[in-house]
Parts: sequence; structure tokens; C-alpha cells
Amino acid sequence: MLRKFVAAVLAVLIHLPGNAAEAVPASDDPVLEERVMAVGHLLRCLVCQNQTIADSHAELAVDLKNEIREMMRAGKTDQEIIDFMVARYGDFVLYKPQVKSTTWLLWFGPGVLLVLGLGTLFVKLRRRAAQIQAAELTPEQKRQAYSLLEQADGGDGK
Amino acid sequence: MTRFLWPLAIFLALVGFLAVGLNLNPREVPSPLIDKPAPQFSLPVLHKPDMTLSRDDLMGQVWLLNVWASWCVSCRQEHPLLVELAKAGVVPIYGLNYKDDRSAGLKWLNEHGDPYTASIMDADGRIGIEYGVYGVPETFVIDKQGVIRHKHIGPITPQALQEKLLPMVRELNAS
Repeated sequence: MLRKFVAAVLAVLIHLPGNAAEAVPASDDPVLEERVMAVGHLLRCLVCQNQTIADSHAELAVDLKNEIREMMRAGKTDQEIIDFMVARYGDFVLYKPQVKSTTWLLWFGPGVLLVLGLGTLFVKLRRRAAQIQAAELTPEQKRQAYSLLEQADGGDGK
Repeated sequence: MTRFLWPLAIFLALVGFLAVGLNLNPREVPSPLIDKPAPQFSLPVLHKPDMTLSRDDLMGQVWLLNVWASWCVSCRQEHPLLVELAKAGVVPIYGLNYKDDRSAGLKWLNEHGDPYTASIMDADGRIGIEYGVYGVPETFVIDKQGVIRHKHIGPITPQALQEKLLPMVRELNAS
């Protein structure tokens, strides 16, 4: 019984890495396959939205990889293929969004927020520094302070 | 006092953004094909495979292109609505039988009813790619000039039909 269980667990473990691998190349031209995968890594699989089509096994991703492969065989450049996909699936298909007026907020928003935050912090600190005036104690005040501290020490000892 | 209210205000604004974000459907990606000519196709008809139907055959009328497949589970959800719509005869519905097996497609229509004026077979999904199909079912509203005016992603709901698709069809028919 235990033996069977261990065997089953082992069988599952052995199969895990195989399932996690990238899609099997469909042609035997390694240079072409590398190009297909490189472009595939730039495109989002719309079925499983947080994966690229290079990583995805979804049927649509496989179809699109075939489409890319055929377009490459027909002599299309990477950019032409990406434009082809954007024309059909929209900007969302790009895994790395383009820098254009509608995506400025996305690209530069965090930076702008950081600069604003640092600026506010800087101004606040400067203001606070101006408010704190260095106050020198007179010798009389110093003597008073020391005697107070000593009293406090004595109080603690009791 | 206001300096204590500021963080609260910012927090509430954030909550507002998150609430809106949670209620959006990430599957609904706006199609770049809206207001563009419907991609050309010429595909065999499901019921008569030796006949082909092309986009240009459908010019001059407002029509719906409904992408469906027998393997598509959520197609069952919208199907009764399409059958009803076809009975009402408001707008011709053409089916794009996407990446399906012909006999399975025919069997499915026999079982669930056939709302389509005609279904065409996109066995390898090529035309699906042209139309930017990524989640079946999808429905396109195409006008008399063959321009895509609207795309509905996912199963059509009675609400979407009454509030979006039908008014759109009426408007396009009137123009």
C-alpha cells in the first residue's frame, strides 16, 4: 500500500517538469524557432492573459505561433508581425506597452509620484529645520540642568 | 484638522479605484477592429460544404457574425437567446463555426436549434485570427457597408441584447 503510494507520488513528481516546459517547436529549423519564440515572448496570450504566447499552451497561442512561423517563412519582419497582431487584437496584445500619449500615465506615473513624494519630503524637512533654532544654554541654566539630572539619578536608586 | 483628513481622503480615493477595477472584466479587451471594414473571408458553408460564402455576399444589410463552436461551453448559455432572436427575424445572424469538426457542429445545431441564416466553417481558425477572436462566443455587429460597428465578447446576455445590440441594429438599419 505504502509502496504504491510512494510510486504514485514519484510518478507525479517525475512528470511535473515535463508539463512546465515551453511549447514543443513545430519545425526543425532551430533559427526560425528561436525567432518565433522571441516574437512570441513579446505578445500576450489573450486567453490566459498573464502569459506570453511563447509560454502558453492555449490553443489560440499555438495557432498564433503557427501564424508567426508562417509569416516569418513568407519573409515578414518581426515588426510587421507585431503590427499584424496589434491590428487584430489591439495594444493589449503587447506584453510591453508602447510609449505613447495614452500610456504616458502608465510609464511615467510612478516616477512622477516618486519625484512628488521626495519633493514634498524635502520641503517639509527644510521647513522643520528652519523652525528648530539652536538654543545655547547659559552657564546658569546648564548648572540647573545638571543638578536636576543628578536628583533624578538619586531618586532612581531608592 | 485637515492634515489628518488628507490621508483618509487619499485612502478613500484608492478604495474607489480598486472597487472600479474589481468590477471591470479583464476579459473584455476593446477591439481595434471597431469602425474598420470587416476582414474579408470566403469559407465553405456548414450545411453545404461545396458552397462558399464571402463577406461581400453579405453587403447591403446589417448582420450579426456570431463565433461559435460545438466544444464551446458558454455558447450554450447564449444559444437560446440567438434562437429567439432569429425567430423574431430582426437581423440575420451568420455563424462562424470556429475550429470545429463539421459533423460535431451539425449535431450541435440539431440538438440546440439553428438560429443562423448560414454558418461558415473556419476549421483552422484563420479567419478567427483576422477578426481578433480569442474567447468564443463573440458577436460582431456589421453594417450595410461591411464595417464592424460593435463587438460583444462572451455569451450575449438578455441585457446586452436589449440595451446594446438591438438598438445598434435598429439605428444602423435606419441609416
